[in-house]
Amino acid sequence: MENPWIYIGLFVLIGVIIPIVPLAASAILAPHKPNPIKQSTYECGMETVGDNWVQFKSQYYIFALAFLIFDVETVFLFPWALALNQTPLFVTAEGVIFILILLAGLYFVWQKRMLEWV
Amino acid sequence: MNFWTDPIHVIYQGLMQTFTGWGMAADVAGIIINLLGIVLMITAIMVLDIFLVWIERKVVARFQDRLGPNRVGPWGIFQPFPDIIKLVLKEDITPAGADKWVFNLAPILSLASVIFLWAVVPLASRIYGVDLNVALLYLVASGSIGTLSIIMAGWSSNNKYALVGAYRMVANMVSYEVPLAASLLIPTILSGSMSLTNIVNQQAHGVWFFLVSPLGALLFLVAAIAELGRSPFDLNEGESEIVAGFHIEYTGMKFGLFYAGELLHAFTFGGFVAALFFGGWHGPWAEAYPLLGAFYFIAKAMFGYWLIMWIKYTVPRIRIDHMLAFNWKFLTPLAFALLIVTALAHRFLMDFPAWVYVPGMFLSNVLVAWATLEILRGNARRERLAAEAH
Amino acid sequence: MTAEQIIFYIATGFILVSALMVVTTRNLIHAALWLVATLFGVAVVYATLDASFLAVVQVVVYIGAIAIMFVFAVMLTKRNLLDHVPQTNANWPWAAGIAALVGAGLLYTASQLTTFGAQRPALSGDSLMNLGKALVSPDAFVLPFEAASILLLAALVGAVYLVNKR
Repeated sequence: MENPWIYIGLFVLIGVIIPIVPLAASAILAPHKPNPIKQSTYECGMETVGDNWVQFKSQYYIFALAFLIFDVETVFLFPWALALNQTPLFVTAEGVIFILILLAGLYFVWQKRMLEWV
Repeated sequence: MNFWTDPIHVIYQGLMQTFTGWGMAADVAGIIINLLGIVLMITAIMVLDIFLVWIERKVVARFQDRLGPNRVGPWGIFQPFPDIIKLVLKEDITPAGADKWVFNLAPILSLASVIFLWAVVPLASRIYGVDLNVALLYLVASGSIGTLSIIMAGWSSNNKYALVGAYRMVANMVSYEVPLAASLLIPTILSGSMSLTNIVNQQAHGVWFFLVSPLGALLFLVAAIAELGRSPFDLNEGESEIVAGFHIEYTGMKFGLFYAGELLHAFTFGGFVAALFFGGWHGPWAEAYPLLGAFYFIAKAMFGYWLIMWIKYTVPRIRIDHMLAFNWKFLTPLAFALLIVTALAHRFLMDFPAWVYVPGMFLSNVLVAWATLEILRGNARRERLAAEAH
Repeated sequence: MTAEQIIFYIATGFILVSALMVVTTRNLIHAALWLVATLFGVAVVYATLDASFLAVVQVVVYIGAIAIMFVFAVMLTKRNLLDHVPQTNANWPWAAGIAALVGAGLLYTASQLTTFGAQRPALSGDSLMNLGKALVSPDAFVLPFEAASILLLAALVGAVYLVNKR
């Protein structure tokens, strides 16, 4: 195979189809007798109050932001780590500086008490 | 070349001759053979997954001083089959306010995102799906799709518990993806490659990366458990607070897919621990006989899976603020510090022979671990003194 | 037509349809999910171009981080926002017209390029290793590489101040 992604593509395709098989079997074999009580939202026996579109803590968003930044950073580091063996020493230093700058960012966020779950 | 030294190639050639003998074009035949191989492989994984149910139940029983399933078949080994028949025959209930398409797609994606991973796992020297040069990032990418499936399930169920569970789970998974990716950088540095096949081959001479970077292996294991959402990081399920979390509204086989996905995910991460840090399929005579290598690989993956189960059934659940603090204030800085030390130590030591390189790298890890413990001890002392002063 | 071309046409068709769904669907979460589909289609296009690294990074960063952030952001809003606010304002035909014009102009410009429709030359050597070397080599991209780290730091600081205002 020239391009490994053709294989991956086939794998992904079949990987999605195969979990559908038991679902299809279940759809054919299982009984289907819905009623309003059965289909009501389960909240430990209580009647559901209000909409489920509740507003969440903004804290989740902050952690998602922090994650996004560090995720991009690690993605940048992968090519560096890959070429480490075949590049001169100062290239290693460049990567270390890159990490240190981001660690400084983490320290800053920490000091600003952004990492507290209030 | 015969079947025992290169089984996949022999089968491939045999089928190729048969198909072209029927007048099929060679590239079409190639794709069909690959398709057959993929279907066979995924089916084998699913069968393994079925037995993982039994293994999991049996092991947890032993951890909790019980017997576990022991009625159906010898040692209850056929227990998963009644379970599955029951799941298939259960009525499938879609809650009234659910978003049908997203609701039905989520369990499929959840299991599929784990199955995808097996495309790049090298089972033995010449048995693997494909040698992808970015396999490690592929692992992280497939984890992203798993995260997405959980948020889809939680949101589409139209249930507050499900939504809370999904949100916790996603906050957990995305946070721990940082140390996970950072610990994946360590084998990348050590082997100079992101391909799993290459990483395993680099460990051919008995120098498993576990010896070179024990702390990296530990970090990967912890981050992997968090990524799995298993105890102690199972806030997404939290039976006592949000009942079952994101899959609360799922019944029958759809729940079964989530369950199968979770077990297979744990086993797959066991496999990744084995491939990245424990030499993959390497072992005595594995080079010459790939099937033996595949056996070693499965055995090592089972060991990794057992480690994950051991932790799951021993440690209680942690609170969400502790969980996030543990990640951002401990694991992430530690992972990056370890990364810096590993990169520098590797760069300085890589031209030395193995008997200098391996102890040197090991020592650098010990140094990082010792420094971490000292800092933690110092912090604890300061906190204790501050508490006493009050 | 080669297999690569067929995959390319399917992927681009998928991208266009799902991109259209992003802007037309009323439900914000559905829009985010369609955006994920769009981004996944782009990853497929990268994969057909042998750009393995970009393809996985597309999934890791855009689907794994940015789409998740969108969903978190959507859940910070109120539902009545999307039930009672109109999706478009009076100027939408103008915007559509301008977008169509720009699209046509881009298509025309692309079709005038000498490389339009040409066969892609095969990559030589280990492209991933070349990328790694180029990213840190002083003759190539080391300055953007380090600048990216400063940029990420700036983004982090910006995020802190955005949140601390409350």
